[in-house]
Amino acid sequence: MTSLETLRVAVYALLRNKLRSFLTTLGVIIGVSAVIAMVAIGEGAKVQVEQSFASMGANLLIVQSGTTSTGGARGGFGSLPTLTWEDLKAIQTEIPSVRYAAPVLRATAQVLTEDQNWTTSVTGTTPEYFEIRNWPVARGALFSQSEIDGGAKVALLGQTVVDKLYGSYVDPVGQMVRIMNVPFQIVGVLAKKGQSSMGQDYDDAVFVPQTTFQAKIQGGLQKYIAGLIFVGATSSETTARAQAQITNLLRDRHHIQPGADDDFSIRNLTEMASAQQEGTETMTTLLASIAAVSLLVGGIGIMNIMLVSVTERTREIGLRMAVGAKPRDILAQFLVEALTLSLAGGFLGAGLGVVSAYRLAFQFNWPTLVRPDIILVAVGFSALVGVGFGLYPALKASRLDPINALRFE
Amino acid sequence: MEGSGLLILVQQVGKVYRMGDVEVTALRDVSLTIEAGEFVAIMGASGSGKSTLMNILGCLDRPTSGDYLLAGRDVSQMSRSELAEVRNRMLGFVFQSFNLLARTSAVENVGLPLQYAGVPYYDRRQRAEEALHQVGLGDRLQHHPSQMSGGQQQRVAIARALVMRPKLILADEPTGNLDSHTSMEIMTLLQELWRAGMTIVMVTHESDIAEYASRVVVMKDGRILSDTRREARIASVSSLLMPAAKEVAS
Repeated sequence: MTSLETLRVAVYALLRNKLRSFLTTLGVIIGVSAVIAMVAIGEGAKVQVEQSFASMGANLLIVQSGTTSTGGARGGFGSLPTLTWEDLKAIQTEIPSVRYAAPVLRATAQVLTEDQNWTTSVTGTTPEYFEIRNWPVARGALFSQSEIDGGAKVALLGQTVVDKLYGSYVDPVGQMVRIMNVPFQIVGVLAKKGQSSMGQDYDDAVFVPQTTFQAKIQGGLQKYIAGLIFVGATSSETTARAQAQITNLLRDRHHIQPGADDDFSIRNLTEMASAQQEGTETMTTLLASIAAVSLLVGGIGIMNIMLVSVTERTREIGLRMAVGAKPRDILAQFLVEALTLSLAGGFLGAGLGVVSAYRLAFQFNWPTLVRPDIILVAVGFSALVGVGFGLYPALKASRLDPINALRFE
Repeated sequence: MEGSGLLILVQQVGKVYRMGDVEVTALRDVSLTIEAGEFVAIMGASGSGKSTLMNILGCLDRPTSGDYLLAGRDVSQMSRSELAEVRNRMLGFVFQSFNLLARTSAVENVGLPLQYAGVPYYDRRQRAEEALHQVGLGDRLQHHPSQMSGGQQQRVAIARALVMRPKLILADEPTGNLDSHTSMEIMTLLQELWRAGMTIVMVTHESDIAEYASRVVVMKDGRILSDTRREARIASVSSLLMPAAKEVAS
């Protein structure tokens, strides 16, 4: 018998019992759609984490000053300035795996226009900061080196600040704002960056040259950096190396004895990102395995129905054998029936899975990502389930003795 | 129509069934020859071995000892697949309980052996329709078994047995589930086929049905008790009821 012929016979047999075939398939439909929807949710979460870390900045290291310890009360990192401007220069120039390094000095201040005010975070930094954070200007320009050297009173605004002070449709470049009563000219507006994974609005910020910040907003220590150093490594592979090299460099520069604690800390954002990604991957695996269990249960349902079907159709099998069906014809017929059930379930389940993934995304505002390879894997797996669980009933059918089968009541 | 060649040669065939620890001997040294064109009735009480002999003749079972040559081919040592092919090409079966596929049209039922012979769909359909015309069911092609009487169902089964143009038709109690009038119809049809040259082996326990055969083999305790050739009684029903008989005879 040709394979097309076998398929036709199998489909006919299944259509003779439409409701039963559908209910059997339903197990696989639910299994496959669950796998696809669960993986879509997991992948969506993973992509969201990736994006939020990417918006933090690529290959980012954050260097922070050390701690104070007064009368037994220990302050956190950054409470004692230990990083100097010389350290920053050394990081920039002496470590090859560092592409950019920028100081980040922060204060909270009120920003005034003629008729509006808004309290936001004001950061003193250098143009490298925007390179590290991969943050372009939408309008206007970044500050230039001469503006930094000269301590120019220029400012870059985040989109949220622009919205609060001027409204969404106004181009504020060239306008004046007052920060701590000092007039600044707006030279640019930064592109919208969105929220951090913690929900912090990156766009609610104003940036001024680091020199101006020190002179006009928050004076302070001449030699030390009263803030952080953001470091961008040359690639994601060199981030860890850069971290080790900066540690060595700073220990050396700060004359820290071997065995003594660092008087600074370095946070590796790439590491944090991969840790969080591992978390979402674990979740995806967990969800997918629970869904895979339901697919397995669907397979057992197929096996059950195929066994019932073989028993019910014992006489039919006997007759087919009597008129010339070989054992392998019978094997093929029942195997193809099981495969048809499971593949139909696979395809319908894939459709349902994709629809429910988008539905979940829409209904609950979850990020979902349907990966085509997961659809292929799920449908392929359902075929495997069909063959795996259909094999035993099919073998049982093919091994029937035609005489007993014909006499079966 | 007799004497046109040796079709079946059974030599000292024995069949022993093993049921747990007990061995049951169903056939003891049975030897039998059947020529092409014979109409043989095998009779005997239940347990006489007639069904076992029928199953071996029908290549549904293999003898434990002895030889069986069907049309010159030794089929006693063939594999299950080879036997399936022999059944498909050379034998046609008619059963007591018809054994038609439910919810399947007459044409599809008759076409079943052709399906396993690898005959393409349209040839299959045409040959199945021809066979149904031959048994007088040309107007019932698309009917399902549940829409037909017992006699019609048995005629569909006979059409299925004929469709591969076999060398031998094996009928196992073909009238066992039918009333006397319908039984007569079926016997008339079988006799028409026989007259047209077909070899038929029929198992029955009714002596009046066996009278329509040209040879009666009686079995007892796994042995052949008697084997007599004689003039077959002619089966006939009113030709008004049996248009097929005329068709086949012509």
